[in-house]
Amino acid sequence: MSEIVTFTIDGRRISAEAGQTILAAAQACGIYIPRLCHKDGLTPVGGCRVCTVRVNGRPASACTQPVAAGIVVDNDTEELRSWRRQIVEMLFVEGNHFCMFCEKSGNCELQALAYRFGITAPRYPYLWPKRDVDASHPDIILDRNRCIMCGRCERTSRDLDGKSVFGFVERGIHKTLAVNADARLADTDLDLTDQAVNACPVGAILKKRTAYRTPVGQRQFDREPIGTSVETRAKLTIDGGEPR
Amino acid sequence: MSESSIGRVVEEVAREFGRERWRLMDIARGVQQRLGCVNSQAMDAIASWLNISRVEVEGFVTFYSFLSKEPKGRIVIRLCDDVIDQMAGYEEVRRGFEAALGISLGQTTPDGAFTLERTACIGMCDQGPAALVNDVVVTNLSSDKARNIVRSLRENPRPERLVQRFGSGNNAHPLVRSMVENNIRKAGPIVFSEQARGEAIRKAVAIRPAEVIRAIKTARLRGRGGAGFPAGMKWEFARAAEGSPKYVICNADEGEPGTFKDRVLLTEMPDRVFAGLTIAGYAIGASEGIVYLRAEYAYLRRYLEHILDRRRADGLLGQKICGKAGFNFDIRIQMGAGAYICGEETALINSCEGRRGEPRTRPPFPAQRGYLDCPTVVNNVETLACVTRIMEAGPATFCEHGTPQSSGTKLLSVSGDCSLPGVYEVPMGITLRDVLEMCGADEAAAVQVGGPSREMVGPAQYGRTIDYDDLATGGAVLVFGPDRSIPKIVSAFMDFFVHESCGECTPCRVGTRLIKEQIDRILAGRGEPKDIDELLQLGETIKQTSRCGLGQASPNPVLMTIKGFRHVYEELVSPDPHGYQRSFDLTESVREAERIAGRRSIHHREVRT
Amino acid sequence: MSKPRLATCSLAGCFGCHMSILDIDERILELAEVIQFHKSPITDIKTFTEHCRIGLVEGGCANEENVEVLRAFRRNCDILVSMGDCATMGGIPALRNFVEIEECLREAYVDGPSTHNPDGVIPRDIELPLLLDKVRPAHEVVRMDYFLPGCPPSADTIWAAVTALLSESPVDLPYPLVKYD
Repeated sequence: MSEIVTFTIDGRRISAEAGQTILAAAQACGIYIPRLCHKDGLTPVGGCRVCTVRVNGRPASACTQPVAAGIVVDNDTEELRSWRRQIVEMLFVEGNHFCMFCEKSGNCELQALAYRFGITAPRYPYLWPKRDVDASHPDIILDRNRCIMCGRCERTSRDLDGKSVFGFVERGIHKTLAVNADARLADTDLDLTDQAVNACPVGAILKKRTAYRTPVGQRQFDREPIGTSVETRAKLTIDGGEPR
Repeated sequence: MSESSIGRVVEEVAREFGRERWRLMDIARGVQQRLGCVNSQAMDAIASWLNISRVEVEGFVTFYSFLSKEPKGRIVIRLCDDVIDQMAGYEEVRRGFEAALGISLGQTTPDGAFTLERTACIGMCDQGPAALVNDVVVTNLSSDKARNIVRSLRENPRPERLVQRFGSGNNAHPLVRSMVENNIRKAGPIVFSEQARGEAIRKAVAIRPAEVIRAIKTARLRGRGGAGFPAGMKWEFARAAEGSPKYVICNADEGEPGTFKDRVLLTEMPDRVFAGLTIAGYAIGASEGIVYLRAEYAYLRRYLEHILDRRRADGLLGQKICGKAGFNFDIRIQMGAGAYICGEETALINSCEGRRGEPRTRPPFPAQRGYLDCPTVVNNVETLACVTRIMEAGPATFCEHGTPQSSGTKLLSVSGDCSLPGVYEVPMGITLRDVLEMCGADEAAAVQVGGPSREMVGPAQYGRTIDYDDLATGGAVLVFGPDRSIPKIVSAFMDFFVHESCGECTPCRVGTRLIKEQIDRILAGRGEPKDIDELLQLGETIKQTSRCGLGQASPNPVLMTIKGFRHVYEELVSPDPHGYQRSFDLTESVREAERIAGRRSIHHREVRT
Repeated sequence: MSKPRLATCSLAGCFGCHMSILDIDERILELAEVIQFHKSPITDIKTFTEHCRIGLVEGGCANEENVEVLRAFRRNCDILVSMGDCATMGGIPALRNFVEIEECLREAYVDGPSTHNPDGVIPRDIELPLLLDKVRPAHEVVRMDYFLPGCPPSADTIWAAVTALLSESPVDLPYPLVKYD
């Protein structure tokens, strides 16, 4: 049994296991901290910065920052909401996100965060980068226009599938998702059953012939904002009076 | 070249380095040198040699400016385009090279002889415009010199022949033979004091490692790279950390535009730097030290290797150093390949391990888990030189200089609009005014202290002091005269950050680009008053949310200059009376369509009121 | 006192957003009670003769004419609303932002599989507005006050926005009405 520490998030006292990240500890207590590049089960990298919180006043990514006894974490403040909105808007103008025909629409985490934040249009000018689509694989499509560089596919393939199908090339604004082959996804050992296929938060990696099966209105984020399940799970627990 | 012969070249290169993954940098550099690129087949061959995935090799190769997938010319001319070189005539020199070579920047001549590229600061701001011709540094360039360089390279394609007269000090050493000048304008009592080779190490090994650390703490030595972390404390953490072996790394990747003091230190005082690294190794219990040398300083490598050999011969490296039983320590040089971000210590560690130079998540800190997941200390070149002096002369002597919070001296790299650019060793706490007087910058209208990452100050603030409490700096002092456009300088700085962002985190990857474009719109007369506040907001978000120091510092050129020189921005912006976006340039937007249609747009007839 | 006027236009769009206006069904009668439609495809009024309270802009700017119309809307409307994805982010027309203009024109007028153009001429008539180098969302050309994303925005979204503006409240769409598809 590891050591239990207590600290506060937005004034609320919560307990966590030492070594847990702030994001995981908050989540266990029904507090949703928005995130994109982190997914439960993966090694966090703190890349997208959407989960930025203030820890004792200093900004830190909640997905990488471990809890410590007595820390004071700010999560849901106007300032942090503003930073997160801006980061999501940056991601929208950095890539080419055509939600109106994207197969992932309604189930896309980037879009869902924008909905949750009430973003109606990004404030920054669109960059319209030229990016390509790789449809070479018989079962999987890779559309780099939609890639947000979160690296979830890279880590999932490497750490969970044991394959290293994905990686990044170039740097800075030219950073690009690449595959473990000269050029084509078809020349990698990516398999439809790989977990990496389901790792993408947006519509950059999709299974072919599975699109648009769920009617509009019934998709994951049509009714409920992203994070609601985290928030209501805890609420149910509290209402039910079950000791956690 | 056929696939099998490329495979043979890779194997020839790789055999020298072995199959450890952390040799990827050396292998890739070697292959680049032999083939002029690390192409697809070479990447496959390297991946299979090191038993890593090909996409990792590709990610690595494409990360570094001095490595390339596409074939480069046999001679690569890398023209330094930092702001000081631009002020000194970069544009003319570029045009000179372009005319002589018949190509534009970024291109390779059809015969494969030459590639002309831009590169970030190569550490020659006191003698710019400067360029690298392969590893050879050429300085004080002009348009004519550019033409002459191309002519003589066409006659004899050996870049070292371009050096007709050697620079000062060890630049004339047979193993350096460079035209680079030291320009040491003021040698102070610490870093540039008389050397007594071996003395510092003898004194260090005579006491216990904990006592060495105590001496460094007593001297209150803080990191000279600019961040100012107490060196003794860093060592203590690493000494106390579990795990072995332990490593010490000398960060010789100074890349902040306008910084070149480490280049001079490595040229003139390498023994003092290596001694400091050795002492650091003794203090934390390491047996291996690495000097991470930036690719731009490759011309110093043979000389530095020679100094290391001499130290081995003298018993200052190797087994039982200075007769101390159990203290075995050696140093190797790890070359970089052109990435400013690798000056960040965790990115540097990744680079040493043969990975993309992306900063790591902290915690864990390098002192706990650094190079190859072992406890690691990374110190700046100048910090290590200070260590040696502290051991030689004692902490008290060191503390005689500087201020209580910032003891000792600081090396400054001064460049720009001043009559005596070069390196100055000054006591910590010196006023900026005194520095400007020393370097002959009578008309300085603005001074960037610490390079683009830090702060730009105007005349009203020249009374401020250079130390950790006020103007903390890695040493760059860029002087700008009254005729310089501050937004133009900022644009050049932002260009640098866009170019050098690793791309790992959103705010730095995207935000720096957005700032750069906004500044350029303002410079083009297409800014509105609201843009200034929007820049401040964007800059603040990047500063607060970026993952590492580079990202956090990247908006500083904008934030600091709007804070200190807001009027220069206000003069450039104006509101639009109709609510049109001034950022939208209709004339420019229809230019291509006009060309295709062979007629002018109707909007030219529109009368704007 | 006269009723506030409302203008609408479709720039580089498909008129789908206008269909969505009509989708407010019988509520359009309610609307007609409180506002007067001015320049709009619905009224077929071609030019601004009076100042309007609200302008609903469908579509982004793909050519010089779009720019001219949008600028006229900016001059003649107090509040401008980007209606739909094309106005807010360029939409489907912006897919040509990744292709050189000349290639677009050649595909349309010369090389297209269903095109018969033996002379290979790209038309240059003055009636054909020149294309911009890129399709731009409305707010990159003039200042826009509100955004109704969606392809198209639902009738409820448009209704919520217009009724809010008519009651002089800011448009603040609830979660179910912010949709990008």
